[in-house]
Amino acid sequence: MDELYSIPDFGLGWLDASGPSSEIVLSTRVRLARNLQGHAFGPRARINDREAVLSQVRGVTEKSHRLAGATLWELSSVASRTRRILLERRLVSEDLMGGEKGDPHRAAAVLLSARDPLSVMVNEEDHLRLQSLLSGLRLRDAWTLVDSLDEELGANLPLAYHHEFGFLTSCPTNVGTGLRASVLMHLPGLVLTKEIGQVLKGLNQVGITFRGLYGEGSEVVGNFFQVSNQTTLGKSEEDLVDHLDQIVRQVIQYEEQARQVLLKEAAGVTEDKVWRAYGLLRYARSLSFEEMINLLSGVRLGSSLKLLPNLRVYTLNKIMIYSQPAHLEQAAGRELPPPECDAHRASFVRRILSKEGVVTSDEESNPEGQ
Amino acid sequence: MAGKDPSEKLCDGCGEPGAVVHLTQVVNNETSTSHLCEKCAAEKGVQTSIPVSPSNLPLADFLATMGGEDSPVSGGPDPDLSCPFCGLSTKDFREAGRLGCPQCYPTFEEYLRGLLRRIHGGTNHVGKVYLPPDPTVSDREKKLAALRRKLSRAVEAEDFERAADLRDEIRTLEPAS
Repeated sequence: MDELYSIPDFGLGWLDASGPSSEIVLSTRVRLARNLQGHAFGPRARINDREAVLSQVRGVTEKSHRLAGATLWELSSVASRTRRILLERRLVSEDLMGGEKGDPHRAAAVLLSARDPLSVMVNEEDHLRLQSLLSGLRLRDAWTLVDSLDEELGANLPLAYHHEFGFLTSCPTNVGTGLRASVLMHLPGLVLTKEIGQVLKGLNQVGITFRGLYGEGSEVVGNFFQVSNQTTLGKSEEDLVDHLDQIVRQVIQYEEQARQVLLKEAAGVTEDKVWRAYGLLRYARSLSFEEMINLLSGVRLGSSLKLLPNLRVYTLNKIMIYSQPAHLEQAAGRELPPPECDAHRASFVRRILSKEGVVTSDEESNPEGQ
Repeated sequence: MAGKDPSEKLCDGCGEPGAVVHLTQVVNNETSTSHLCEKCAAEKGVQTSIPVSPSNLPLADFLATMGGEDSPVSGGPDPDLSCPFCGLSTKDFREAGRLGCPQCYPTFEEYLRGLLRRIHGGTNHVGKVYLPPDPTVSDREKKLAALRRKLSRAVEAEDFERAADLRDEIRTLEPAS
């Protein structure tokens, strides 16, 4: 599927773990919801509306500086596996794909910038969903990027805007700024010390919400949490972004403290857990995605606590993305029914770890009496 | 697979109440489920948490820095209202929780004000100001005010590249004197 090669850095720039705090914060995403005047919103839009929206966006894109050379894909003309790969890379949403088993709606499209980690979903729940995705904790940068694209698109498109309510959206929970800033965090320390419940409760009280790995409605797996602002109206974009940033920094601090507590009070158990996870990933012959992500969580913890030296975060990020079903099918060049998929996943993980993740147990460095 | 459940059953291992881990095992194609307390689960190698003393995590400080707010709700929308542009009725909105088009906002304005206050704690947008392609003088003024706010934040954050861009933007909007 050569079409994927036309995406700059394949939409995976954030995997390199180059951003600040990237051991705990995998990625930062900021998205803006925008709608055009004169057309019904996504769920009530007719084919005419959707096509008119896409054609206006296409016209503006051609003149846009930020989007010079961008790729615009209408999802219905993209192969189904490629669509699933875009979903697994979080460049499109399940809604844009037409639900889990559905076909994408007509004129549902995605625009991928050629020079920045920026993309735009067209004809999702809102006509436009602008998003930027960066490595580590970089909320301000992600906001600035998306803001500049919004300025450019807004200057050339008649956006739906209300003098009191701000930017109008299909769902009243997005109205105002239309901004959702989120960071994907790995919080095994808080989960293992059982402090996570209190932290999540605390987040809720300050207008911050959390979801699982795949966004809205998804389960929390592998101790990965998407933390984001809950409200979008009544605060400026900068305030929303800075508030989230401040809270995320506090959570990082608590996660680091929890990890130190684990090391101090339960070093043996923690070490055992980490090494077992590594052993299974390194040698298992069949791995479901859920099992893998849980093991990856243990290994990630081990890597950041230096229990598993020389294991790079980049390698672990790569495993997380490339071991998803559509990616494995892409590598195999064919469909993989579940049992085969699990075998392919295990073999992929073994291969990567044997190339980039060989960790030798250093018995001497293990303190006595754990 | 191990899953956690708040409802407490008797532990199959020690017989005490407090089984919070439900372990499903498949051996020779036969499925068996056992309910275990955390201690027995840990003995079987299913670890869901590691006990540590709570005093080592100053969580209270964390929570103390967080405050909450909530606002009262007003009544529902007029049941006979429907949007003149897209036809969305009060009933449609209640069922889907989604508005149909930009025109729905002025149509359901009164009800929405109460709803938005409940969701967001207020109804006034204070973020970016959208400048339509053919702006009025007041549109322009609002936009300028928002840009100046942004500029002072950029300067505060010592983001001078951004500040320079914003200054340029402000200059192009300002009426020629």
